[in-house]
Amino acid sequence: MMAVTDLAEVSTGLRPRSRADYEDFLYREAALLDEWRLEEWLSLFTPDSVYEVPTMGIGLEAGPDSTLFYIADDYRRLRHRVVRLNKPTAHAEWPQSTTVRAIHNVRIVGVEDRGVHVACTFTTYRSKHNVTDTYIGHGHYWLVEMNGEVRIRTKRVLLGMNSLQPHGKVSIIL
Amino acid sequence: MATLAKPSSKVGRWVREDAKAGTFKVNREAFTSQDVLDLEREQIFDRSWLYLGHASELKNPNDFLTRPVGGRELIFNRNRKGEFQAFLNVCPHRGAQVVREPTGNAISFKCFYHGWAFNNNGKFATKSRPGTYPDGFDCDGAVDLPRVPRIESYRDFFFISYDANIGPLREYLAGAADILDLVADQSPNGMEIVSGTHEYSIRANWKLLLENSFDGFHAPDTHSTYFEYLVDELGGADAVDFQSMEQFNEAIDLGNGHATTQAKAPWGRPVARAINTWGEKGKADEQRMVAELIDRVGPERALLIADRDRNMGVFPNLVVNDIMAITVRTFYPVSPDLMLVRAWALAPVGEDPEVRHRRLNNFLEFLGPGGFASPDDVEALESAQRGYGAMKFAPWNDISRGMLREKPRADDEAQMRAFWREWRRRMEGE
Repeated sequence: MMAVTDLAEVSTGLRPRSRADYEDFLYREAALLDEWRLEEWLSLFTPDSVYEVPTMGIGLEAGPDSTLFYIADDYRRLRHRVVRLNKPTAHAEWPQSTTVRAIHNVRIVGVEDRGVHVACTFTTYRSKHNVTDTYIGHGHYWLVEMNGEVRIRTKRVLLGMNSLQPHGKVSIIL
Repeated sequence: MATLAKPSSKVGRWVREDAKAGTFKVNREAFTSQDVLDLEREQIFDRSWLYLGHASELKNPNDFLTRPVGGRELIFNRNRKGEFQAFLNVCPHRGAQVVREPTGNAISFKCFYHGWAFNNNGKFATKSRPGTYPDGFDCDGAVDLPRVPRIESYRDFFFISYDANIGPLREYLAGAADILDLVADQSPNGMEIVSGTHEYSIRANWKLLLENSFDGFHAPDTHSTYFEYLVDELGGADAVDFQSMEQFNEAIDLGNGHATTQAKAPWGRPVARAINTWGEKGKADEQRMVAELIDRVGPERALLIADRDRNMGVFPNLVVNDIMAITVRTFYPVSPDLMLVRAWALAPVGEDPEVRHRRLNNFLEFLGPGGFASPDDVEALESAQRGYGAMKFAPWNDISRGMLREKPRADDEAQMRAFWREWRRRMEGE
């Protein structure tokens, strides 16, 4: 991993945008999810992308082929996740829950082969049946450019709780 | 394997079975009452064998882990000789938790509060100045880490009991031992828990999860989105073997409140039923596994292991689902309307990385809090729990499905009736 100041020398030629650009991108992603515009949200991902939520205590190193995760979607399954969540038969999210996502502490970690590593912290509130559950954690993104726009190649969500108590599920997209 | 018990007629406060009419009812107070839960703790949880953990979680001598079982925080460890032991994780001095890490390796434990120390056989090992405590202070065991009264294992599945006088585990398991054999025999190298735990809560009574975990009836409705996904994964409806699904489909009463479904589902099984999506390599991998199974356990058991899917409930709170992957799941009530759940993935030791990938991929598409199915189960259980608010005017759950059928199907409710008969025996007497 290279420090941000060394980016001029990056051989991939990938130059990171400004932090403000990435903040705008993450805010937009959060808004699409809060508004349940899931197809548009999916269009933020590259065709070789992955979306991962490891179990508690698993960081960035371990992979879903050797460790049990909560979610480890490739693009194909992510697309199915969106299709499913748009159906009234996705019972956990029907009627759809209300969510509020706050994104904070956005920083550019560095540039890697997979893309620009951008990290943030998040607070996501989900309300249904008059119960509000709070998901907190760190979002790690590897972002690339496609047709002049920012796209997500990897999104890994590290939950900051000890367990899914009292949430019981990750039925929304974090 | 035990055969299905002949239904009898019993009219209790909570469980009403009418064999002649073919009806089985459970009063919803069983899911809502604090008094019922208090009685369950006494009559069921303190008098059963409860799942503690799998031998593979403690690979080396002196390894330990901590987890709650039956409402008490426990230390599950191995001593220098490698023997498996279980202690209450509570300091005999003033009650603080002695071990606060989830896992580790230690020859001794020291309480952080006042520094009382113990070797990893639980023996008091605190050094004090002479005269601090009377001579022989540590001779009667009163200042040792308290041992859980009983610990026994079957095929690497470790159980504890808080009842010192309970019969042997093997007898308690009855026919459930045969089903554990079908899990343990899936590999010539033994089985192991994959790292990572699904740990979550459900705002519902614990018995609703036990019912749900081997309920074949709910699958088409609750999990339609999963099956739509699966059909697409399999390559369309033409690739689904509906005839086998219909033909191989049963519920088996395993005795002592344990029961299992056994069926042939359309998904791929890591051991060992390939689906087209896995390609030629996947097919060859599975054929090799089937050949190895036939060689080791014979063709009949090989077929049961490789080509049948089972959802088993072991009374009172262990579930082993041997389906598109294997999950071991246990849960415990915090209150009548809240339970804590822990679930793990079980897999062959030394499994080929590609097969392990398919296994964990399969696991996550259906199972667990982020899967395409379990969140909808959570929703259904919590929905039922809310429904029980109307108990005064709608007091009975119906568990009658297939009661008059000669051979119950996996989508009948005979497996639940097996659980409830044992529950009734414990809670309402013979």
